[in-house]
Amino acid sequence: MSTAILESAAVLPTTATPILSAGPASPEQAGAWEKFTALPMPVRTDEEWRFAKVKDLDLSGYVQAQPVDDAAREELLARSEGLAAVAGRMVFANDQLLAQETLGAALRQQGVLWLPLEQAVAEHPELLHKHFMREEAILGGQKFAALHASQVRAGTFLYVPRGVEIDLPIEAFHWMHGAHASVFPHTLIIAEDMAKVTLIDYYESADAAAPGLACAVNDLWLGAGANVTYVCVQNWSRTAHSFQMNSTVVGRDAQSKSLFVQLGGQHVRSESVSHLRGPGGRSDMLAVTVAAAAQEVDARTLQIHEVPNTQSDLLYKNSLDDTARTIFAGLIRVDPGAHRTDAYQKVRNLLLSDEAEANSAPGLEIEADDVRCTHGATCGQIEQEELFYLLSRGIPKNEAQRLIVFGFLNEVFERLGNEPVQDNLRKLVRAKFAAPRQR
Amino acid sequence: MSTETVSQIDIDRTRGDFSYPESHTFDAGTGLTKDTIDYISKVKGEAEWIREFRHRALEVFQSKPMPTHWASKDLENIIFENIRYYLANGQKPTRSWDEVPEDVKRTFERLGIPEQERKFLAGVEAQFDSEAVYSNIKAAVGEQGVIFCGSTEGLREHPEIFRKWFGKVIPTGDNKFSALNSAVFSGGSFIYVPPGVKVKHPLQAYFRINAENFGQFERTLIIADEGSEVMYMEGCTAPKFETATLHSAVVELVAMKGAKIQYVTVQNWSANVFNLVTKRAIAHEEAEVKWIDCNIGSRLTMKYPGVILKGRKARGEVISIALASDGQHQDTGAKMIHAADETTSNIVSKSISVGTGRATYRGLVHIPKHLKGCKNNTECDALLINSTARTDTYPAITVRGTGNSSQHEASVSQISAEQIFYMQQRGLTEAQAMSLSVNGFVNDLVRQFPMEYSVELKRLIDLEMEGSVG
Repeated sequence: MSTAILESAAVLPTTATPILSAGPASPEQAGAWEKFTALPMPVRTDEEWRFAKVKDLDLSGYVQAQPVDDAAREELLARSEGLAAVAGRMVFANDQLLAQETLGAALRQQGVLWLPLEQAVAEHPELLHKHFMREEAILGGQKFAALHASQVRAGTFLYVPRGVEIDLPIEAFHWMHGAHASVFPHTLIIAEDMAKVTLIDYYESADAAAPGLACAVNDLWLGAGANVTYVCVQNWSRTAHSFQMNSTVVGRDAQSKSLFVQLGGQHVRSESVSHLRGPGGRSDMLAVTVAAAAQEVDARTLQIHEVPNTQSDLLYKNSLDDTARTIFAGLIRVDPGAHRTDAYQKVRNLLLSDEAEANSAPGLEIEADDVRCTHGATCGQIEQEELFYLLSRGIPKNEAQRLIVFGFLNEVFERLGNEPVQDNLRKLVRAKFAAPRQR
Repeated sequence: MSTETVSQIDIDRTRGDFSYPESHTFDAGTGLTKDTIDYISKVKGEAEWIREFRHRALEVFQSKPMPTHWASKDLENIIFENIRYYLANGQKPTRSWDEVPEDVKRTFERLGIPEQERKFLAGVEAQFDSEAVYSNIKAAVGEQGVIFCGSTEGLREHPEIFRKWFGKVIPTGDNKFSALNSAVFSGGSFIYVPPGVKVKHPLQAYFRINAENFGQFERTLIIADEGSEVMYMEGCTAPKFETATLHSAVVELVAMKGAKIQYVTVQNWSANVFNLVTKRAIAHEEAEVKWIDCNIGSRLTMKYPGVILKGRKARGEVISIALASDGQHQDTGAKMIHAADETTSNIVSKSISVGTGRATYRGLVHIPKHLKGCKNNTECDALLINSTARTDTYPAITVRGTGNSSQHEASVSQISAEQIFYMQQRGLTEAQAMSLSVNGFVNDLVRQFPMEYSVELKRLIDLEMEGSVG
């Protein structure tokens, strides 16, 4: 692995522009660039960055990503293994579209749009205008959202018209290639009334040890009665910086499920906001973090109940090994008048090492009285009795520990209710367990 | 039954709404300068080191910004120039009941403390304005070697005992208001309990604010030596005034090896008081510190009693009840800093928000590296009475390593319509039913208060709930 870093560093073009002096990717993005440069970097005393190591946020070492060559293209396409049966698949590397398996003709005829972002901008400006980054980042990542807006070139745009149900999941792979590269993946899902779809994003690095910067935005829009499942598997290199800003707008009687799986990255920041905007709406916010070595995974969430009769249910589970740190800072906000809100928030930390550190700050802000809001946060370790039980059945200690951690995390996967997707996620977690450790 | 029809409550504060002509012999005027501090120090006849301590604190106070990134905006309404930082009734702390002035005795009458109870009290330390007016240490307590006096007397007569810990649990620079207190403190209680002494009766202090625009900056330091036990109670009521009053106390507790301290507060300041208090304890090996805290009054309370669990097997507990009525913000909580193996902490907080009241819980639990067998349990429950009420919960928990565990749970609910219906069906009015429900909600915590306080507390809750339903 170490030779791979040297090689990629060697091929790094000397002309690569540092991302901090890149300027906007297009003239239309100049406003966002201005905003990015004007906004201050987070500082230690910012409440939204409490517990985080803000001094690690230096982005000066990253450069604009270069297009990948044909050899790399073939390699990455071969490595883009997802589910066996999908409705569509796109593969990007360094924000450049490598391949697209388009949707079936039937879905296209029903009006489903599944396009690279660039094409969507050109062909459907009205949809983009209405939805593209319309919900601003509000959990502290404003500067990084502005950076994304100023640099974004690639991503997936999925529009599912009224009443159309897509049974098989759709997949998108985003690869980071070359040392110190920056990528800005974007995902925009618009599900009209009664539409149904599942989309899975995979974030991967070609070299599991190469430093890089990823700054992603994914926005979900759910019309009345829509049903959207969104899974994002973040598996950037173990030295990467990862920022991710998600917003989900849930309309009347709509059901949203989002799951963030955090495997890679050195410093990971994930922000997720659910706006419960229509009565009867429900949002399930799920996350699984497998943190090891010196990883810091910093998750901020917000459940905003804007109207009466809505539900949200959050479950974040972290397993922490070595000197890993996790931060969970979540808030349930019930706006005035949002009666009969049913909100739940739970974070559970499993500490596997004496050096691991879990920070939890679950919060509630309630301004309506007819509500049921509960939250919980726990920190604990593997029960010695459970371990003993497995050991007494001849299972080696390492394996027994893994099984217990696996069982702990699996509860979250099961909430998806989709076996093939769950199987695939379990496979990815196993791969992380098996990967050589850099302590 | 719809909760939307519930009318705003009208707080009955006539109980504390009275005052007597002011006759302040010592008055430092309004505003805060170096001269104010020299004046206070001179009047009190303090040692040079205390005067220097005050001056350093003033510098810290002036250099520190107001808390901004999470504190309530209401803090901006405190005008420090308009506050009187010191005034005394011209009386030295008195020891016998006969020496207490008539108007002070009348205040006690209005507060409803029966003669019988006064006699029963182990020692009464009543603070009128900024100087302790009345200090009656029961002979028995003194015989056991217990020192129970005001802050001025404590520092003057027993520096060898109190200086060691004074300002050590809560350093001057802890926050802007602890610095302010360190600069201008007067009054409060200093208590020392010798090794092995178990103080039978709770030590009590009643506090009163009796002058307009006048802040109280009492300073309390309780040291329980090895194996001793003590319970301290403070209760406050204050008259109502037009302009805001600032109350900013510093309370430090030191529980030596195996000692037990219980600190009980019933806070019922009038609705124009800013109550910004710093309370912290150090618990040494196998010591136990329990804060029992009830906040009913004030305009804005910011108070987060804490325990630093410094010795092995130390235990910290915070029991907190907050009642936020119209226009009030009860911003309360707890801090538990685990600093030794096998330390345990427990936080139970219950809040009730009525009318436009806002109750906030803020918690900090810190279990750092390499500790073994530390446990924390936190429970916060909030009850919302009207649709305009608000409640927030902001805990922060840091756990490091595999030997420890923490769990936090919080819930927000309203009084169930079924319960109310059930009680109404059996002949209770809606208001009675609500009151009963609220008392039931906090009952398990109220029971932890000493008997006379729990009775008073129930009465206060009933008073606050009066008219909250229509």
